[in-house]
Amino acid sequence: MNPVQTIVAKELRSYFVSPVVYVIGAIFLAMVGLLAYSTVASASNQALRLMQIQNTYAQLNLNELLFRPLFRSMNLILIIVIPLLTMRLFAEERKLRTFELLLTSPIGINEIVSGKFMSVLVIYSGMLSLTTLIPITLSAYATFDWRPVYLGYFALLLQGGLMLGIGVLASSLTENQIIAAFLSFGMILALWMTGALSSAMGETPLGHILAYLSFTEHFERLIRGLLNLKDVLYYLSGMAFMWFATHQVIDSYRWK
Amino acid sequence: MIEVQEVTKRYGTFSALDNISFSIKKGEIVAFLGPNGAGKTTTMRIITGFMPPTSGTIRIAGFDGLASPMAIKKQIGYLPETPPLYLELTVQEYLTFVGRIKGLDPAQLLSRMDKIIEQTGLKEVQGRVIGHLSRGYRQRVGLAQALIHNPPVLILDEPTTGLDPNQIIEIRDLIKNLAGSHTIILSTHLLAEATAICQRVIIIHKGKIVAIDTPEQLSAKLQQSETLSLTVEQTYPDFALELGRLPGVLAVTQGTSPNSFMLETQQGRDIRSEVTKFIVSREIGLLEIKAQPLTLEDAFKVLTKESPADR
Repeated sequence: MNPVQTIVAKELRSYFVSPVVYVIGAIFLAMVGLLAYSTVASASNQALRLMQIQNTYAQLNLNELLFRPLFRSMNLILIIVIPLLTMRLFAEERKLRTFELLLTSPIGINEIVSGKFMSVLVIYSGMLSLTTLIPITLSAYATFDWRPVYLGYFALLLQGGLMLGIGVLASSLTENQIIAAFLSFGMILALWMTGALSSAMGETPLGHILAYLSFTEHFERLIRGLLNLKDVLYYLSGMAFMWFATHQVIDSYRWK
Repeated sequence: MIEVQEVTKRYGTFSALDNISFSIKKGEIVAFLGPNGAGKTTTMRIITGFMPPTSGTIRIAGFDGLASPMAIKKQIGYLPETPPLYLELTVQEYLTFVGRIKGLDPAQLLSRMDKIIEQTGLKEVQGRVIGHLSRGYRQRVGLAQALIHNPPVLILDEPTTGLDPNQIIEIRDLIKNLAGSHTIILSTHLLAEATAICQRVIIIHKGKIVAIDTPEQLSAKLQQSETLSLTVEQTYPDFALELGRLPGVLAVTQGTSPNSFMLETQQGRDIRSEVTKFIVSREIGLLEIKAQPLTLEDAFKVLTKESPADR
Protein backbone atom coordinates (compact mmCIF):
# COMPACT_ATOMS: atom_id res chain seq x y z
CA MET A 1 0.00 0.00 0.00
CA ASN A 2 1.36 3.41 -0.84
CA PRO A 3 0.74 6.31 1.56
CA VAL A 4 -2.28 7.63 -0.35
CA GLN A 5 -3.97 4.23 -0.28
CA THR A 6 -3.17 3.93 3.41
CA ILE A 7 -4.87 7.24 4.13
CA VAL A 8 -7.86 6.38 1.94
CA ALA A 9 -8.26 3.05 3.75
CA LYS A 10 -8.03 4.71 7.16
CA GLU A 11 -10.51 7.44 6.23
CA LEU A 12 -13.01 4.95 4.85
CA ARG A 13 -12.70 2.95 8.05
CA SER A 14 -13.28 6.10 10.12
CA TYR A 15 -16.31 7.05 8.01
CA PHE A 16 -17.92 3.66 8.33
CA VAL A 17 -17.44 3.19 12.06
CA SER A 18 -19.23 6.46 12.75
CA PRO A 19 -22.97 6.78 12.12
CA VAL A 20 -22.48 10.01 10.19
CA VAL A 21 -21.99 8.46 6.78
CA TYR A 22 -25.04 6.22 7.17
CA VAL A 23 -27.23 9.12 8.22
CA ILE A 24 -26.00 11.37 5.40
CA GLY A 25 -26.31 8.55 2.87
CA ALA A 26 -29.81 7.67 4.01
CA ILE A 27 -30.98 11.29 3.87
CA PHE A 28 -29.43 11.77 0.43
CA LEU A 29 -30.98 8.63 -1.00
CA ALA A 30 -34.37 9.32 0.58
CA MET A 31 -34.45 12.84 -0.82
CA VAL A 32 -33.38 11.73 -4.28
CA GLY A 33 -35.89 8.88 -4.24
CA LEU A 34 -38.69 11.19 -3.21
CA LEU A 35 -37.75 13.72 -5.88
CA ALA A 36 -37.57 11.00 -8.52
CA TYR A 37 -41.02 9.81 -7.54
CA SER A 38 -42.55 13.28 -7.69
CA THR A 39 -40.85 14.06 -11.02
CA VAL A 40 -42.14 10.82 -12.50
CA ALA A 41 -45.60 11.61 -11.16
CA SER A 42 -45.64 15.10 -12.60
CA ALA A 43 -44.26 13.82 -15.91
CA SER A 44 -47.09 11.29 -16.21
CA ASN A 45 -49.63 13.99 -15.28
CA GLN A 46 -48.28 16.11 -18.06
CA ALA A 47 -48.53 13.17 -20.43
CA LEU A 48 -52.19 12.63 -19.48
CA ARG A 49 -53.01 16.28 -20.07
CA LEU A 50 -51.31 16.22 -23.46
CA MET A 51 -53.31 13.16 -24.37
CA GLN A 52 -56.58 14.91 -23.48
CA ILE A 53 -55.72 17.95 -25.55
CA GLN A 54 -54.30 16.23 -28.58
CA ASN A 55 -56.30 13.06 -28.24
CA THR A 56 -53.29 11.03 -29.31
CA TYR A 57 -50.39 9.31 -27.64
CA ALA A 58 -47.94 12.09 -27.19
CA GLN A 59 -44.33 11.27 -27.84
CA LEU A 60 -42.88 12.21 -24.47
CA ASN A 61 -39.27 13.16 -24.07
CA LEU A 62 -38.35 11.58 -20.74
CA ASN A 63 -34.92 13.12 -20.80
CA GLU A 64 -36.40 16.57 -20.83
CA LEU A 65 -39.38 15.92 -18.60
CA LEU A 66 -37.71 13.75 -16.03
CA PHE A 67 -33.98 13.42 -15.93
CA ARG A 68 -32.98 17.03 -16.40
CA PRO A 69 -35.14 18.33 -13.52
CA LEU A 70 -34.03 15.39 -11.42
CA PHE A 71 -30.35 16.07 -11.99
CA ARG A 72 -30.85 19.76 -11.22
CA SER A 73 -32.53 18.86 -7.94
CA MET A 74 -29.81 16.39 -7.07
CA ASN A 75 -27.29 19.14 -7.64
CA LEU A 76 -29.16 21.27 -5.08
CA ILE A 77 -29.23 18.46 -2.54
CA LEU A 78 -25.47 18.11 -2.93
CA ILE A 79 -25.01 21.71 -1.76
CA ILE A 80 -26.33 20.58 1.62
CA VAL A 81 -24.99 17.04 1.73
CA ILE A 82 -21.38 17.56 0.63
CA PRO A 83 -20.36 19.98 3.42
CA LEU A 84 -21.58 17.42 5.95
CA LEU A 85 -19.41 14.75 4.37
CA THR A 86 -16.23 16.78 4.23
CA MET A 87 -16.44 18.81 7.44
CA ARG A 88 -14.56 16.32 9.63
CA LEU A 89 -11.64 15.56 7.28
CA PHE A 90 -9.08 18.06 8.52
CA ALA A 91 -10.98 19.85 11.29
CA GLU A 92 -11.08 16.68 13.39
CA GLU A 93 -7.39 15.99 12.88
CA ARG A 94 -6.58 19.44 14.14
CA LYS A 95 -8.93 19.21 17.09
CA LEU A 96 -7.60 15.82 18.23
CA ARG A 97 -3.99 16.78 17.52
CA THR A 98 -3.55 13.77 15.26
CA PHE A 99 -2.29 16.22 12.71
CA GLU A 100 1.03 16.27 14.51
CA LEU A 101 1.34 12.54 13.79
CA LEU A 102 0.65 12.98 10.07
CA LEU A 103 3.01 15.92 9.70
CA THR A 104 5.86 14.20 11.54
CA SER A 105 5.51 11.02 9.47
CA PRO A 106 7.54 10.45 6.33
CA ILE A 107 4.64 11.24 4.01
CA GLY A 108 4.09 14.40 1.98
CA ILE A 109 1.30 16.93 2.44
CA ASN A 110 0.29 16.19 -1.16
CA GLU A 111 -0.28 12.57 -0.20
CA ILE A 112 -2.33 13.55 2.83
CA VAL A 113 -4.54 15.92 0.83
CA SER A 114 -4.95 13.43 -2.04
CA GLY A 115 -5.82 10.63 0.35
CA LYS A 116 -8.44 12.69 2.15
CA PHE A 117 -9.97 13.91 -1.09
CA MET A 118 -10.06 10.48 -2.67
CA SER A 119 -11.62 8.84 0.36
CA VAL A 120 -14.54 11.24 0.35
CA LEU A 121 -14.83 10.91 -3.43
CA VAL A 122 -15.17 7.15 -3.01
CA ILE A 123 -17.99 7.63 -0.51
CA TYR A 124 -19.75 10.15 -2.70
CA SER A 125 -19.40 7.90 -5.78
CA GLY A 126 -20.93 5.07 -3.78
CA MET A 127 -23.89 7.21 -2.81
CA LEU A 128 -24.30 8.42 -6.36
CA SER A 129 -24.09 4.95 -7.86
CA LEU A 130 -26.96 3.81 -5.64
CA THR A 131 -29.19 6.41 -7.32
CA THR A 132 -28.61 4.76 -10.73
CA LEU A 133 -31.38 2.41 -9.64
CA ILE A 134 -33.76 5.16 -10.75
CA PRO A 135 -32.88 5.15 -14.49
CA ILE A 136 -32.41 1.38 -14.43
CA THR A 137 -35.89 0.83 -12.98
CA LEU A 138 -37.43 3.34 -15.38
CA SER A 139 -35.81 1.69 -18.38
CA ALA A 140 -38.04 -1.32 -17.78
CA TYR A 141 -41.16 0.78 -18.35
CA ALA A 142 -40.12 3.48 -20.77
CA THR A 143 -37.67 4.22 -23.51
CA PHE A 144 -35.33 7.15 -23.35
CA ASP A 145 -32.01 8.27 -24.70
CA TRP A 146 -29.25 6.93 -22.44
CA ARG A 147 -26.52 9.33 -23.54
CA PRO A 148 -27.80 12.37 -21.60
CA VAL A 149 -28.30 10.11 -18.59
CA TYR A 150 -24.70 8.91 -18.71
CA LEU A 151 -23.53 12.46 -19.16
CA GLY A 152 -25.82 13.59 -16.36
CA TYR A 153 -24.15 11.17 -13.98
CA PHE A 154 -20.76 12.22 -15.29
CA ALA A 155 -21.78 15.83 -14.58
CA LEU A 156 -22.92 14.93 -11.08
CA LEU A 157 -19.62 13.19 -10.44
CA LEU A 158 -17.65 16.24 -11.57
CA GLN A 159 -19.98 18.60 -9.76
CA GLY A 160 -19.70 16.58 -6.57
CA GLY A 161 -15.94 16.40 -6.97
CA LEU A 162 -15.68 20.17 -7.18
CA MET A 163 -17.91 20.62 -4.14
CA LEU A 164 -15.89 18.02 -2.22
CA GLY A 165 -12.75 19.95 -3.10
CA ILE A 166 -14.33 23.09 -1.64
CA GLY A 167 -15.37 21.12 1.43
CA VAL A 168 -11.87 19.73 1.95
CA LEU A 169 -10.43 23.23 1.72
CA ALA A 170 -13.00 24.59 4.19
CA SER A 171 -12.22 21.76 6.60
CA SER A 172 -8.53 22.60 6.52
CA LEU A 173 -9.24 26.19 7.53
CA THR A 174 -10.69 25.55 10.99
CA GLU A 175 -10.66 23.03 13.77
CA ASN A 176 -14.40 23.39 14.31
CA GLN A 177 -16.42 20.98 12.19
CA ILE A 178 -19.59 23.06 12.28
CA ILE A 179 -17.73 26.12 11.05
CA ALA A 180 -16.11 24.00 8.34
CA ALA A 181 -19.55 22.83 7.17
CA PHE A 182 -20.95 26.36 7.04
CA LEU A 183 -17.83 27.64 5.35
CA SER A 184 -18.06 25.11 2.52
CA PHE A 185 -21.81 25.65 2.29
CA GLY A 186 -21.15 29.38 1.89
CA MET A 187 -18.41 28.90 -0.69
CA ILE A 188 -20.49 26.51 -2.80
CA LEU A 189 -23.46 28.86 -2.59
CA ALA A 190 -21.29 31.80 -3.63
CA LEU A 191 -20.04 29.84 -6.64
CA TRP A 192 -23.64 29.09 -7.57
CA MET A 193 -24.77 32.69 -7.09
CA THR A 194 -22.20 34.01 -9.52
CA GLY A 195 -24.37 32.39 -12.19
CA ALA A 196 -27.38 34.49 -11.20
CA LEU A 197 -25.16 37.56 -10.96
CA SER A 198 -23.77 36.93 -14.43
CA SER A 199 -27.22 36.92 -16.04
CA ALA A 200 -27.85 40.29 -14.38
CA MET A 201 -24.62 41.56 -15.92
CA GLY A 202 -25.70 40.46 -19.36
CA GLU A 203 -23.25 40.35 -22.24
CA THR A 204 -20.44 42.27 -20.55
CA PRO A 205 -16.92 40.88 -20.10
CA LEU A 206 -17.51 40.60 -16.34
CA GLY A 207 -20.75 38.82 -17.04
CA HIS A 208 -18.92 36.24 -19.13
CA ILE A 209 -16.28 35.71 -16.48
CA LEU A 210 -18.86 35.23 -13.76
CA ALA A 211 -20.84 32.87 -15.99
CA TYR A 212 -17.70 30.83 -16.55
CA LEU A 213 -16.88 30.74 -12.83
CA SER A 214 -20.33 29.50 -11.85
CA PHE A 215 -20.99 25.83 -12.30
CA THR A 216 -24.58 26.37 -13.49
CA GLU A 217 -23.76 26.79 -17.17
CA HIS A 218 -21.30 23.90 -17.32
CA PHE A 219 -23.60 21.56 -15.48
CA GLU A 220 -26.57 22.53 -17.64
CA ARG A 221 -24.70 21.75 -20.87
CA LEU A 222 -23.60 18.36 -19.64
CA ILE A 223 -27.04 17.23 -18.49
CA ARG A 224 -28.43 18.27 -21.88
CA GLY A 225 -26.15 15.66 -23.35
CA LEU A 226 -23.50 18.01 -24.71
CA LEU A 227 -19.96 16.93 -23.93
CA ASN A 228 -17.59 19.87 -24.21
CA LEU A 229 -13.96 19.71 -23.25
CA LYS A 230 -14.11 23.17 -21.70
CA ASP A 231 -16.84 22.14 -19.28
CA VAL A 232 -14.87 19.11 -18.17
CA LEU A 233 -11.78 21.30 -17.86
CA TYR A 234 -13.74 23.75 -15.71
CA TYR A 235 -14.43 21.05 -13.16
CA LEU A 236 -10.98 19.48 -13.28
CA SER A 237 -9.20 22.82 -12.91
CA GLY A 238 -11.57 23.74 -10.08
CA MET A 239 -10.69 20.55 -8.23
CA ALA A 240 -6.97 21.09 -8.88
CA PHE A 241 -7.25 24.61 -7.51
CA MET A 242 -8.97 23.40 -4.33
CA TRP A 243 -6.34 20.69 -3.90
CA PHE A 244 -3.55 23.23 -4.27
CA ALA A 245 -5.18 25.73 -1.89
CA THR A 246 -5.65 23.01 0.75
CA HIS A 247 -2.02 22.00 0.34
CA GLN A 248 -0.94 25.61 0.93
CA VAL A 249 -3.17 26.03 3.97
CA ILE A 250 -1.74 22.90 5.59
CA ASP A 251 1.80 23.84 4.73
CA SER A 252 1.22 27.21 6.38
CA TYR A 253 0.30 25.62 9.76
CA ARG A 254 3.87 24.62 10.17
CA TRP A 255 4.98 28.21 10.05
CA LYS A 256 2.57 29.39 12.71
CA MET B 1 23.03 11.49 17.07
CA ILE B 2 21.13 14.72 17.55
CA GLU B 3 22.78 18.03 16.94
CA VAL B 4 20.97 21.30 17.42
CA GLN B 5 22.92 24.36 16.46
CA GLU B 6 22.01 27.97 17.15
CA VAL B 7 18.31 27.35 16.71
CA THR B 8 16.03 30.34 17.08
CA LYS B 9 12.26 30.38 16.70
CA ARG B 10 10.39 33.65 16.56
CA TYR B 11 6.67 34.30 16.43
CA GLY B 12 6.48 37.87 15.24
CA THR B 13 8.60 39.74 17.74
CA PHE B 14 8.29 37.07 20.44
CA SER B 15 11.25 34.70 20.68
CA ALA B 16 10.06 31.25 21.67
CA LEU B 17 13.60 29.90 21.36
CA ASP B 18 16.66 32.06 21.50
CA ASN B 19 19.83 30.65 19.96
CA ILE B 20 19.92 27.24 21.57
CA SER B 21 22.59 24.64 20.84
CA PHE B 22 23.19 21.17 22.23
CA SER B 23 24.12 17.72 21.06
CA ILE B 24 23.04 14.30 22.23
CA LYS B 25 25.02 11.11 21.84
CA LYS B 26 23.67 7.79 20.63
CA GLY B 27 21.84 5.84 23.34
CA GLU B 28 21.56 8.73 25.79
CA ILE B 29 18.40 9.66 27.67
CA VAL B 30 18.15 13.40 28.02
CA ALA B 31 15.46 15.42 29.75
CA PHE B 32 14.26 18.87 28.83
CA LEU B 33 13.32 20.45 32.10
CA GLY B 34 11.50 23.69 32.38
CA PRO B 35 8.22 25.30 33.45
CA ASN B 36 5.27 25.47 31.07
CA GLY B 37 5.92 27.86 28.22
CA ALA B 38 9.70 27.56 28.52
CA GLY B 39 10.09 26.32 24.95
CA LYS B 40 10.30 22.56 25.49
CA THR B 41 7.50 21.66 23.09
CA THR B 42 8.72 24.14 20.50
CA THR B 43 12.21 22.60 20.59
CA MET B 44 10.74 19.14 20.18
CA ARG B 45 8.50 20.19 17.31
CA ILE B 46 11.48 21.67 15.53
CA ILE B 47 13.55 18.51 16.00
CA THR B 48 10.72 16.32 14.68
CA GLY B 49 10.32 18.51 11.62
CA PHE B 50 6.76 19.50 12.54
CA MET B 51 7.79 23.14 12.24
CA PRO B 52 10.89 24.74 10.77
CA PRO B 53 13.15 26.95 12.91
CA THR B 54 13.47 30.66 12.11
CA SER B 55 17.22 30.13 11.94
CA GLY B 56 19.76 27.49 12.90
CA THR B 57 20.33 23.88 11.88
CA ILE B 58 19.32 20.44 13.09
CA ARG B 59 21.13 17.24 12.23
CA ILE B 60 19.81 13.83 13.18
CA ALA B 61 21.81 10.67 12.45
CA GLY B 62 23.79 12.74 9.96
CA PHE B 63 20.75 14.02 8.04
CA ASP B 64 20.15 17.74 7.74
CA GLY B 65 16.73 18.94 8.88
CA LEU B 66 16.12 21.27 5.96
CA ALA B 67 17.73 19.23 3.18
CA SER B 68 16.24 15.82 3.94
CA PRO B 69 13.13 16.13 6.13
CA MET B 70 11.74 12.75 5.03
CA ALA B 71 14.91 10.89 6.02
CA ILE B 72 14.80 12.59 9.42
CA LYS B 73 11.14 11.76 9.95
CA LYS B 74 11.94 8.08 9.47
CA GLN B 75 14.55 8.29 12.24
CA ILE B 76 12.17 9.72 14.82
CA GLY B 77 9.34 8.40 16.93
CA TYR B 78 7.37 11.25 18.45
CA LEU B 79 4.86 11.28 21.25
CA PRO B 80 3.31 14.77 21.46
CA GLU B 81 1.89 16.15 24.68
CA THR B 82 -1.60 15.04 23.62
CA PRO B 83 -1.23 11.51 22.23
CA PRO B 84 -2.33 11.66 18.57
CA LEU B 85 -5.01 8.97 18.70
CA TYR B 86 -7.88 8.19 16.35
CA LEU B 87 -10.50 7.39 18.95
CA GLU B 88 -12.76 5.47 16.59
CA LEU B 89 -10.11 2.89 15.64
CA THR B 90 -9.06 -0.17 17.62
CA VAL B 91 -5.53 -0.29 19.02
CA GLN B 92 -4.48 -2.74 16.32
CA GLU B 93 -6.05 -0.78 13.46
CA TYR B 94 -4.44 2.37 14.73
CA LEU B 95 -0.96 0.87 15.03
CA THR B 96 -1.31 -0.68 11.58
CA PHE B 97 -2.15 2.72 10.14
CA VAL B 98 0.77 4.41 11.89
CA GLY B 99 3.16 1.64 10.83
CA ARG B 100 2.12 2.06 7.22
CA ILE B 101 2.49 5.81 7.10
CA LYS B 102 5.88 5.44 8.75
CA GLY B 103 6.86 3.33 5.76
CA LEU B 104 6.90 -0.23 7.13
CA ASP B 105 6.16 -3.03 4.66
CA PRO B 106 3.55 -5.64 5.64
CA ALA B 107 6.08 -8.22 6.85
CA GLN B 108 7.97 -5.72 9.03
CA LEU B 109 4.69 -4.36 10.34
CA LEU B 110 3.51 -7.79 11.40
CA SER B 111 6.66 -8.59 13.35
CA ARG B 112 6.91 -5.12 14.94
CA MET B 113 3.25 -5.08 15.92
CA ASP B 114 3.42 -8.12 18.21
CA LYS B 115 6.63 -6.93 19.76
CA ILE B 116 5.36 -3.44 20.49
CA ILE B 117 2.02 -4.60 21.86
CA GLU B 118 3.94 -6.91 24.18
CA GLN B 119 6.48 -4.25 25.16
CA THR B 120 3.93 -1.57 25.98
CA GLY B 121 1.59 -3.98 27.77
CA LEU B 122 -1.33 -3.52 25.41
CA LYS B 123 -2.04 -7.19 24.85
CA GLU B 124 -5.38 -7.36 26.61
CA VAL B 125 -6.75 -4.20 24.96
CA GLN B 126 -5.40 -4.65 21.42
CA GLY B 127 -8.83 -5.31 19.94
CA ARG B 128 -10.56 -2.49 21.78
CA VAL B 129 -11.56 0.90 20.44
CA ILE B 130 -9.12 3.56 21.64
CA GLY B 131 -11.93 5.91 22.65
CA HIS B 132 -12.97 3.40 25.32
CA LEU B 133 -9.53 3.09 26.91
CA SER B 134 -8.39 4.73 30.14
CA ARG B 135 -5.88 7.53 30.17
CA GLY B 136 -2.98 5.29 31.13
CA TYR B 137 -3.69 2.91 28.28
CA ARG B 138 -4.05 5.78 25.84
CA GLN B 139 -0.65 7.04 26.86
CA ARG B 140 0.76 3.58 26.22
CA VAL B 141 -0.86 3.47 22.80
CA GLY B 142 0.77 6.84 22.19
CA LEU B 143 4.11 5.37 23.17
CA ALA B 144 3.51 2.29 21.01
CA GLN B 145 2.77 4.61 18.11
CA ALA B 146 6.12 6.33 18.57
CA LEU B 147 7.92 2.98 18.70
CA ILE B 148 6.21 1.05 15.90
CA HIS B 149 8.82 1.74 13.22
CA ASN B 150 11.68 1.07 15.66
CA PRO B 151 13.17 4.55 15.30
CA PRO B 152 16.66 5.22 16.63
CA VAL B 153 15.46 8.52 18.13
CA LEU B 154 12.49 8.93 20.46
CA ILE B 155 11.02 12.32 21.33
CA LEU B 156 8.53 12.20 24.20
CA ASP B 157 6.71 15.36 25.22
CA GLU B 158 5.70 15.11 28.88
CA PRO B 159 5.07 11.36 28.74
CA THR B 160 3.86 11.08 32.34
CA THR B 161 1.63 14.15 32.68
CA GLY B 162 -1.89 13.39 33.81
CA LEU B 163 -1.22 9.80 34.86
CA ASP B 164 -1.74 8.35 38.31
CA PRO B 165 1.33 7.37 40.40
CA ASN B 166 1.27 3.70 39.39
CA GLN B 167 0.97 4.54 35.73
CA ILE B 168 3.80 7.05 36.07
CA ILE B 169 6.09 4.36 37.44
CA GLU B 170 5.11 1.96 34.65
CA ILE B 171 5.75 4.49 31.92
CA ARG B 172 9.08 5.52 33.48
CA ASP B 173 10.21 1.88 33.65
CA LEU B 174 9.22 1.42 30.04
CA ILE B 175 11.26 4.42 29.01
CA LYS B 176 14.24 3.26 31.06
CA ASN B 177 14.09 -0.12 29.32
CA LEU B 178 14.23 1.57 25.95
CA ALA B 179 17.46 3.36 26.78
CA GLY B 180 20.59 2.14 25.12
CA SER B 181 18.87 0.90 21.98
CA HIS B 182 17.24 4.29 21.45
CA THR B 183 18.34 7.85 21.87
CA ILE B 184 15.62 9.50 23.92
CA ILE B 185 14.64 13.08 24.61
CA LEU B 186 11.80 13.61 27.01
CA SER B 187 10.40 16.76 28.48
CA THR B 188 9.07 17.26 31.95
CA HIS B 189 8.41 20.00 34.43
CA LEU B 190 9.27 17.74 37.36
CA LEU B 191 12.80 17.96 38.68
CA ALA B 192 12.51 14.55 40.33
CA GLU B 193 11.42 12.88 37.12
CA ALA B 194 14.32 14.32 35.16
CA THR B 195 16.83 13.16 37.73
CA ALA B 196 15.20 9.74 38.09
CA ILE B 197 15.42 8.53 34.50
CA CYS B 198 17.85 10.68 32.60
CA GLN B 199 21.59 10.71 32.10
CA ARG B 200 21.65 14.38 31.30
CA VAL B 201 19.30 17.25 31.93
CA ILE B 202 18.90 20.29 29.73
CA ILE B 203 17.21 23.08 31.59
CA ILE B 204 15.26 25.49 29.44
CA HIS B 205 13.83 28.72 30.71
CA LYS B 206 12.20 31.46 28.66
CA GLY B 207 13.52 30.04 25.40
CA LYS B 208 17.12 29.79 26.58
CA ILE B 209 19.23 26.92 27.81
CA VAL B 210 20.04 27.64 31.43
CA ALA B 211 22.10 24.55 32.19
CA ILE B 212 23.16 21.23 30.71
CA ASP B 213 24.41 18.78 33.31
CA THR B 214 24.16 15.30 34.76
CA PRO B 215 21.50 14.82 37.43
CA GLU B 216 24.21 14.17 40.08
CA GLN B 217 26.03 17.41 39.47
CA LEU B 218 22.78 19.24 39.16
CA SER B 219 21.58 18.07 42.54
CA ALA B 220 24.99 18.86 44.03
CA LYS B 221 24.66 22.42 42.80
CA LEU B 222 21.13 22.65 44.03
CA GLN B 223 22.15 21.46 47.51
CA GLN B 224 24.66 24.25 47.94
CA SER B 225 22.06 26.31 49.65
CA GLU B 226 19.54 24.59 51.80
CA THR B 227 16.60 25.84 53.73
CA LEU B 228 15.19 24.45 56.96
CA SER B 229 11.77 25.35 58.17
CA LEU B 230 10.89 24.93 61.82
CA THR B 231 7.95 25.60 64.08
CA VAL B 232 8.06 25.85 67.87
CA GLU B 233 5.33 26.01 70.51
CA GLN B 234 6.55 29.27 72.06
CA THR B 235 9.38 31.70 71.53
CA TYR B 236 11.27 34.29 73.54
CA PRO B 237 12.64 37.65 72.41
CA ASP B 238 16.19 36.63 71.52
CA PHE B 239 15.28 33.23 70.04
CA ALA B 240 15.85 34.24 66.43
CA LEU B 241 19.18 35.86 67.30
CA GLU B 242 20.40 32.78 69.13
CA LEU B 243 19.34 30.59 66.23
CA GLY B 244 21.45 32.74 63.96
CA ARG B 245 24.51 32.16 66.13
CA LEU B 246 24.32 28.35 65.71
CA PRO B 247 27.19 26.98 63.62
CA GLY B 248 26.22 26.49 59.97
CA VAL B 249 23.27 28.90 59.99
CA LEU B 250 23.60 31.72 57.48
CA ALA B 251 20.39 33.63 58.00
CA VAL B 252 17.11 33.43 59.89
CA THR B 253 13.83 34.77 58.59
CA GLN B 254 10.37 34.83 60.08
CA GLY B 255 8.05 32.18 58.59
CA THR B 256 4.36 32.42 57.91
CA SER B 257 3.36 32.48 61.58
CA PRO B 258 5.11 34.20 64.54
CA ASN B 259 6.31 30.82 65.83
CA SER B 260 7.81 29.53 62.59
CA PHE B 261 11.20 30.34 61.15
CA MET B 262 13.18 29.69 58.00
CA LEU B 263 16.89 28.95 58.37
CA GLU B 264 19.21 29.29 55.45
CA THR B 265 22.07 26.90 56.10
CA GLN B 266 25.55 26.35 54.75
CA GLN B 267 26.06 24.29 51.63
CA GLY B 268 25.96 20.54 51.95
CA ARG B 269 25.74 20.57 55.72
CA ASP B 270 22.78 18.98 57.47
CA ILE B 271 22.43 20.72 60.83
CA ARG B 272 18.97 19.47 61.71
CA SER B 273 20.19 17.52 64.73
CA GLU B 274 22.15 20.50 66.15
CA VAL B 275 19.12 22.75 65.74
CA THR B 276 16.91 20.14 67.38
CA LYS B 277 19.26 19.79 70.37
CA PHE B 278 19.39 23.55 70.82
CA ILE B 279 15.62 23.93 70.82
CA VAL B 280 15.11 20.99 73.16
CA SER B 281 17.65 22.50 75.61
CA ARG B 282 15.61 25.74 75.69
CA GLU B 283 12.45 23.75 76.49
CA ILE B 284 10.18 25.73 74.17
CA GLY B 285 8.55 22.73 72.42
CA LEU B 286 9.70 21.74 68.97
CA LEU B 287 6.69 21.07 66.78
CA GLU B 288 8.24 20.61 63.36
CA ILE B 289 11.57 20.75 61.61
CA LYS B 290 12.18 19.83 58.00
CA ALA B 291 14.45 20.47 55.08
CA GLN B 292 12.51 22.57 52.62
CA PRO B 293 12.26 20.76 49.26
CA LEU B 294 13.60 22.79 46.40
CA THR B 295 10.90 23.88 43.99
CA LEU B 296 11.63 24.21 40.30
CA GLU B 297 11.50 27.97 40.68
CA ASP B 298 14.14 27.88 43.41
CA ALA B 299 16.23 25.58 41.25
CA PHE B 300 16.09 28.07 38.42
CA LYS B 301 17.16 30.86 40.72
CA VAL B 302 20.10 28.83 41.94
CA LEU B 303 21.11 27.57 38.53
CA THR B 304 20.85 30.83 36.70
CA LYS B 305 22.97 32.43 39.40
CA GLU B 306 25.66 29.82 39.71
CA SER B 307 26.26 28.21 36.37
CA PRO B 308 26.62 30.81 33.63
CA ALA B 309 29.84 29.07 32.58
CA ASP B 310 27.98 25.92 31.63
CA ARG B 311 26.14 27.46 28.73
